[in-house]
Amino acid sequence: MSGALIYACAGAVLFVSGVAGLILLPHLLRKILAFNIMGSGVFLVLVGLGQRDGTPDPVPQAMVLTGIVVAVAATALALALVRRLLSLTGKIQFPEEPEGAGRFWKNKQ
Amino acid sequence: MFDPIPWLILLPLICGCLTFLTGVGRGGRLVLAGLIIQLVLTIILARQIVMEGARHYAVGGWGAPLGVDLYVDGLTGIMLLLTHVVALPLVVYARAYFSSQAEGVGYFWPLTCFLLAAMNALFMSADIFNIYVTLELLGLAAVGLVAAAGSAGPVAAAIRYLLVTLLGSGAYLMGVALLYGTYGSVSLTVLGPLLATTEISAAACLAAMLMLAGLLLKTALFPFHFWLPPAHGGAPAPVSALLSALVIKASFYLILRLWFDLFAPLVTTQAAQLLGGLGAAAILWGSILAFTQTRLKMLVAYSTVAQIGYLFLLFPLMTSAIPGASESALQGGVMQLVAHALAKAAMFAAAGVMVLSAGKDDIALLGGMSSHLPLTLFTFALAGITLMGLPPSGGFIAKWLLIDSAVSGGQWGWVVVMILGGLLSAAYVFKVLRQAFLPPVAGIKFKPVIRMLEWPAFLLALTSLLLGFRSVEVLNLLGVG
Repeated sequence: MSGALIYACAGAVLFVSGVAGLILLPHLLRKILAFNIMGSGVFLVLVGLGQRDGTPDPVPQAMVLTGIVVAVAATALALALVRRLLSLTGKIQFPEEPEGAGRFWKNKQ
Repeated sequence: MFDPIPWLILLPLICGCLTFLTGVGRGGRLVLAGLIIQLVLTIILARQIVMEGARHYAVGGWGAPLGVDLYVDGLTGIMLLLTHVVALPLVVYARAYFSSQAEGVGYFWPLTCFLLAAMNALFMSADIFNIYVTLELLGLAAVGLVAAAGSAGPVAAAIRYLLVTLLGSGAYLMGVALLYGTYGSVSLTVLGPLLATTEISAAACLAAMLMLAGLLLKTALFPFHFWLPPAHGGAPAPVSALLSALVIKASFYLILRLWFDLFAPLVTTQAAQLLGGLGAAAILWGSILAFTQTRLKMLVAYSTVAQIGYLFLLFPLMTSAIPGASESALQGGVMQLVAHALAKAAMFAAAGVMVLSAGKDDIALLGGMSSHLPLTLFTFALAGITLMGLPPSGGFIAKWLLIDSAVSGGQWGWVVVMILGGLLSAAYVFKVLRQAFLPPVAGIKFKPVIRMLEWPAFLLALTSLLLGFRSVEVLNLLGVG
């Protein structure tokens, strides 16, 4: 297994754990961390798979740089929103949903 | 020869930066001026597309693969026209709305400009990585708009929307990474023939599934719709209108492009039937939930969930072997996209006016609205006509084309779903209309609203109705490229 392929496999593992964390964890800060791990996984796959014949390829590296910038901006926005939610509700979790689909099932009881 | 393509992206970006510098809540006039110029540019571009056909544009003169290529064809022209035709009345509406209710404006104007810039760039993108960048910009701008209201409910809804949209973009970028690693290019014009001629690899299939799953999350198809009602129902009315009418359609446009241009050799009829099945479930489930709502804006938000389902019915209908059926399906889907965008923007705008006047977002308090705000109620009803699919509206043309395609293709199940969907839409639209014709509830005093608030909504609803008469031009534009 070549070096590049090891990076790509590691990236795939990170991606899957990041997605699992994003969906399953209830604490919002951990969801944001999971999103960052997912992003790192994608970047590793992009750089790992993008190497052709062992010579470095500049195009996927440029794409990863763009991706990192986007991830930083998105994380900053997420953290700002979570801080606002904490100051408004005192908790770093999604509040209980009394309307929408939740109401539909509650009314059936 | 003047080229409007770069200005469609540059102008809203410049407007966004300038309005940000003017401070919180200001800059509405600048955005309005910029949007009028953009609408003129879009009309010029649409005429160029009709006369000269589809074309490429290399940004800065540098071609792919190191530069960014843009590509416009008939479908791009329709989406750009739709964006600007919906955004212009909504900006007029938003100026009047925020002058009556100054809280919740936040940085609405810069964020709207960035939203429009992202959408223009998205519709014109010709390579899958540029699509990722514009998708992220669109998502971040939309989340900012949802969170602008400031209270706990909208902020929680905004965080949920942000996490869902980041999950979707992350999955999409993983697909891009797999495609680049396997084929060595991100350009759609190179990848399409490459995928068609070479042997289908597991990486390409995995990439297709990841990219489509990510985009389905962003389009809020059942069962990924859970984030949409809190986000669209809790935001200020101009924001809800922009999001429901335009932002959802951008990711659907991408699904359409990728399904037919890039992944055409990979997609099976079973996958198309699955998408159609999820669309049918969305129509039925969304309509039922819309009917049970007590808040007006949540009802309209669930109506969006239901109407998005109609768009996905075109995938199984286009797999039919009969050529006429497949063409009708595409035309029906695109007409539904345009008609729903116009109608939903009008409906959210009308709902916003009613909520502003009644003071609370409750359907039970709407009694007496028919004598107090007749034009707004009429707007709501006109928009409802398109959602129900009654002639002569644009929604009727769309559903007629889809049902025609289903009947000639022999896929009768979808006909039943569409007719049921129309009946359920009538149920929740008439629920609101009936309540408005009842006598006023005791203790409710309606506040007067500015006339300027009612006319943009009415204009949008009228356009969705007139679309039924002039659908030929739209379908001609679709046929180019």
